[in-house]
Amino acid sequence: MSLVLEETHSLVLVGPSGGGKTTLLRILAGLEIPDSGNVELNGDSIQFHEPALLRYRRTVGVVFQAFNLFPHLTALENIVLPLEKVHSHSPAQAHDIALQLLRRFQLDAHANKKPAALSGGQRQRVAIARAVAIKPRVVLFDEPTSALDPEMTAEVLEMIEQLREEGTDLILVTHEMGFARLAADRVAFLSQGRILEFGETKSVFDAPKTEQCKRFLGTVLKY
Amino acid sequence: MTGLSHRTQSPGLFSKLGAAAIAVAMVAAVFFFSFHQITYRWNWAAVLNYRSTLLSGWFMTLAISIASLFLSTFIGVIFALARRSEILPLRYFAHIYVELVRGTPLLVQILIFFYVVADAFHVGNRYVVGVLILSFFSGAYISEIVRAGIESIGQSQLESAKAIGLTRSQTYRYVIFPQALRLSLPPLVGQFVSLIKDSSLLSIIAVNEFTQAARDINSITYSTLECYIPLAVGYLILTLPISLWTRSLEKRIRFET
Repeated sequence: MSLVLEETHSLVLVGPSGGGKTTLLRILAGLEIPDSGNVELNGDSIQFHEPALLRYRRTVGVVFQAFNLFPHLTALENIVLPLEKVHSHSPAQAHDIALQLLRRFQLDAHANKKPAALSGGQRQRVAIARAVAIKPRVVLFDEPTSALDPEMTAEVLEMIEQLREEGTDLILVTHEMGFARLAADRVAFLSQGRILEFGETKSVFDAPKTEQCKRFLGTVLKY
Repeated sequence: MTGLSHRTQSPGLFSKLGAAAIAVAMVAAVFFFSFHQITYRWNWAAVLNYRSTLLSGWFMTLAISIASLFLSTFIGVIFALARRSEILPLRYFAHIYVELVRGTPLLVQILIFFYVVADAFHVGNRYVVGVLILSFFSGAYISEIVRAGIESIGQSQLESAKAIGLTRSQTYRYVIFPQALRLSLPPLVGQFVSLIKDSSLLSIIAVNEFTQAARDINSITYSTLECYIPLAVGYLILTLPISLWTRSLEKRIRFET
């Protein structure tokens, strides 16, 4: 597959399960090594060997479907850990950055709670806060709401939308088509490991060109 | 962990005390009956003369156990890591060590280690040898406890650690160990109880610990029971508080997760 993105600040990947969305995202996160091909981000191509991958991972933020947070650390400590140990902020600095973020997203009341004491939505929001705390080049979301109920989904999507409006670059895998339509600059439709369709959000959703994409959108938008 | 546990109301203090009294009485009855059946002439006075020997043996057992506790925990962690190493010979070496130690009686290990290995490496001090043997014996069990703790940390957490850019050693330091050690603590403390009791076998290489003291006194006074009953009590004084502590640790960890 080949995909060149220019002037794109938010890209949404959609498509049927097993179509390669998550694999693509994991490659972009530096967590998986592709069999072939290369990936460039803002002009730098990713070197797929361990020391370079480690450096690369430190420049992007990743939010998984669930279980992002470390259960033995509080919400605050979860955000502080990478700031302090990976990005060499002083403990006081890291603490300030983390607390500011929690405040900004109305999570400061939960700063000293462990993940087990937080709701699913709060957990994901803390995870997102941790991902953006390091000022990443791009934040990658892998179905961040698919383990949540509708109400919590809304609070998480709101936070993502807020970040997007503030200028955070993001790539999102989601099944929330309404949100994709609202938040994406560009949409890519992936199926069977290939990008079958790519373009402006409106054109992909309103006038899909391929049969697969038409069928997919027809099914998911039906209900 | 959530479970559908149906808790009955916990019994009150009085019924607990009553039940404990009945249980103790039952145990006492068994022993009283047994001791009543044998014709034995008690001679506590003879043993009493050697109480300082018994006491220093007790302290020696305590010292050996504590030294072995630290050394065996160290050995256990090292071998647990070795078993997860990417260097294959190291991993197999750790595996062989664990299986050899766990598959053979401690008595045999003491004899072979003392008369062959220690001799070859010129370790003459039998106390040092004793601590080494106990530590390598207990270390094999501890490495399995630690390994189970490490492996209980889910793949998703390791993935998160990787994604935020932690190195392998940072992942161990900040993510795996804090959780694994907390989970391993109750079985580790339980292992310490075994260690204390197992140290009694060191008497066969004439380490002057608690059991050896009792045997020495017995060979002088021929007052077998008067030596061995205090021996049992002495071990219980060491092990019972630890066992109770394990129980409360287990309970606390269950509430926290």
